[in-house]
Amino acid sequence: MITITMTEPFAPALILIAAAILIGITRGKLRSAVVLLAPLITLWAVWQIPDGVVSTARFLDYTIEPVEGSPLRRLFATIFSIMAFAGGLYAYRHARWYELSAAFAYAAGAIGVCFAGDLITLFLFWELMAIFSTVIVWCGGTPAARKAGIRYAMMHLLGGVILKVGIEGVVVHTGSIDIQPMLATNFDTWMILIGVLINAAAPPVSAWLADAYPESSPTGSVFLSAFTTKTAVLALILLFPGEPVLIGVGLYMVMYGIIYALLENDARRILAYSIVNQVGFMVCAVGIGTQMALNGAAAHAFAHIIYKALLFMSAGVVVYRTGKSKCTDLGGLFRTMPLTTICGIIGALSISSFPLTSGFVTKTLISQAAIDQGMAAVYFLLAAASAGVFLHAGIKFPWFVFFQRDSGLRPKDAPWNMGAAMVLFSALCIVMGLFPDAFYRLLPYPVDYHAYAPGKVLYYLQLLLFSGLAFFVMLPWLKRTPTIALDTDWIYRVALKKAVLWGADLLGSAQDKLRHFASALLQAGLERIHRHHGPEGIHARTWQTGNMVLWVAIMLASYLILYYLL
Amino acid sequence: MNLPEYDDHWLARPRTIRLLWFIFIAVLALTVLAQAVIKVKGYFGIDSWFGFAAGFGFACCAAMVVFAKALGPLLKRDDHYYDD
Repeated sequence: MITITMTEPFAPALILIAAAILIGITRGKLRSAVVLLAPLITLWAVWQIPDGVVSTARFLDYTIEPVEGSPLRRLFATIFSIMAFAGGLYAYRHARWYELSAAFAYAAGAIGVCFAGDLITLFLFWELMAIFSTVIVWCGGTPAARKAGIRYAMMHLLGGVILKVGIEGVVVHTGSIDIQPMLATNFDTWMILIGVLINAAAPPVSAWLADAYPESSPTGSVFLSAFTTKTAVLALILLFPGEPVLIGVGLYMVMYGIIYALLENDARRILAYSIVNQVGFMVCAVGIGTQMALNGAAAHAFAHIIYKALLFMSAGVVVYRTGKSKCTDLGGLFRTMPLTTICGIIGALSISSFPLTSGFVTKTLISQAAIDQGMAAVYFLLAAASAGVFLHAGIKFPWFVFFQRDSGLRPKDAPWNMGAAMVLFSALCIVMGLFPDAFYRLLPYPVDYHAYAPGKVLYYLQLLLFSGLAFFVMLPWLKRTPTIALDTDWIYRVALKKAVLWGADLLGSAQDKLRHFASALLQAGLERIHRHHGPEGIHARTWQTGNMVLWVAIMLASYLILYYLL
Repeated sequence: MNLPEYDDHWLARPRTIRLLWFIFIAVLALTVLAQAVIKVKGYFGIDSWFGFAAGFGFACCAAMVVFAKALGPLLKRDDHYYDD
């Protein structure tokens, strides 16, 4: 069924799949070596992939292209490999072996999507990610994680089915399985777009992300933050560049993430909402669709993976050390966790696109793309959102976790490996911010853009610092409460559940009534038979011989009378 | 709650916090005043106004906080709401 005709450079995803298996069958230092070396070998393999189709294979009746290279694909595969390394370093001494194994299989799925040259390969790796990311959610090990994992799996399997319907439609109607730019103009392409957008946590199903990620283990959430949504961004860049509907979807996600993060009390859930917010910037950029915008989407995805993982790492250390993640339980941790605090602040400044950090040199590419296209409303909404990011993630997260009141908690700082992973990603945030031109050379299209024009820097400093002022001035309004915020997942967690229970009650009561009716009918029938055929029944009586002779005599007499008369 | 003895960390002392507020306000003023020297390029007219980004950032954040606060009664539930 499958015939591989050519595999020049080794498919990078296979290295991580092999590592995932090896993690399961090795122990001790050998396993640690696998965890730390496999992503580096993968990174090397990623850069051996040239542009164009590298390998083809026969699958069913189709010629699939498991490995196709391009600068964009290598860029995403590079950051996924780096993420697998840093995540492995952060987790290898604390995570269970099956969580690490699942994380590497999940990363393999993401890298497989990066190099997928056709829709079938893309779908296979897409589903690999869905399966193993669900396992990571379950590795949270709590009843809440188990339930959240089931909801997560249902959402992603639904997304997979929708994507598959779209792919089947495109294959049937066009005869092509190639990954090529398209617009959502018919049922097939809409299904593909919806399937991809579900993984990007787009509305109306954004809630799956903030529902599932914070239920995973402190190490699991670091991996989860990186792969699913960013492969969706890559798929959007490859399949739907310039699709106008994405601008509106992206702007909604940007604002949704801010508002829900402002309402949230759980530190990791705040970060989860801010993933939706940041992916919104990228989705919007894909919708703008120019070379500058697509560069911005790809660059921002790259930077985002680093600073978001860094933020989840710092939150993970807090959860690992204190067992708490709610802002109402935390505060004042800077006293004993200086490294985690500083790394958390660097991540927070980067996500806020503060000058000299990675976020500044990538997010402003997207704003520039809006300017170039004369999209004033998009530009001002993105600027407002940038201010909002500083508000909800840049200040709120570090303030409520590490500062605000003294919670009395005095946990130890990060274990050395977790600290090393955080220092590595903090350094990357700053190096990318300091030397943007070196990074811009990795982007898919040539970049003619100077991030550090003095006027631009001043503009963003004003925007962000006065957002900070707004935070502290309005701090009483932001007081944390031990609450959650309802989202669209309420529909399937409460409303549908109630509807099903109500339906079951209704059916149960109808069944009871039917049973009573049938029982009454049977009873009546039996009584009737009993009345006629029972011991006292008319058909069961003993007839006396005298009566019978009398009746026979009457009948014969009647016969004689009738005979004479007629 | 038994707080450890080194609770009055220098960063948590009222004097330090007052100093940090002073520095913060000075930096805020400086970023606005710097616009007299450094030209902020406007792309859509109003964004080149003096102190536009400062006012815009503050106003947007204030609006978002108010909006979130207004949504609170509608959306917020006890954090055991979904527990069985």
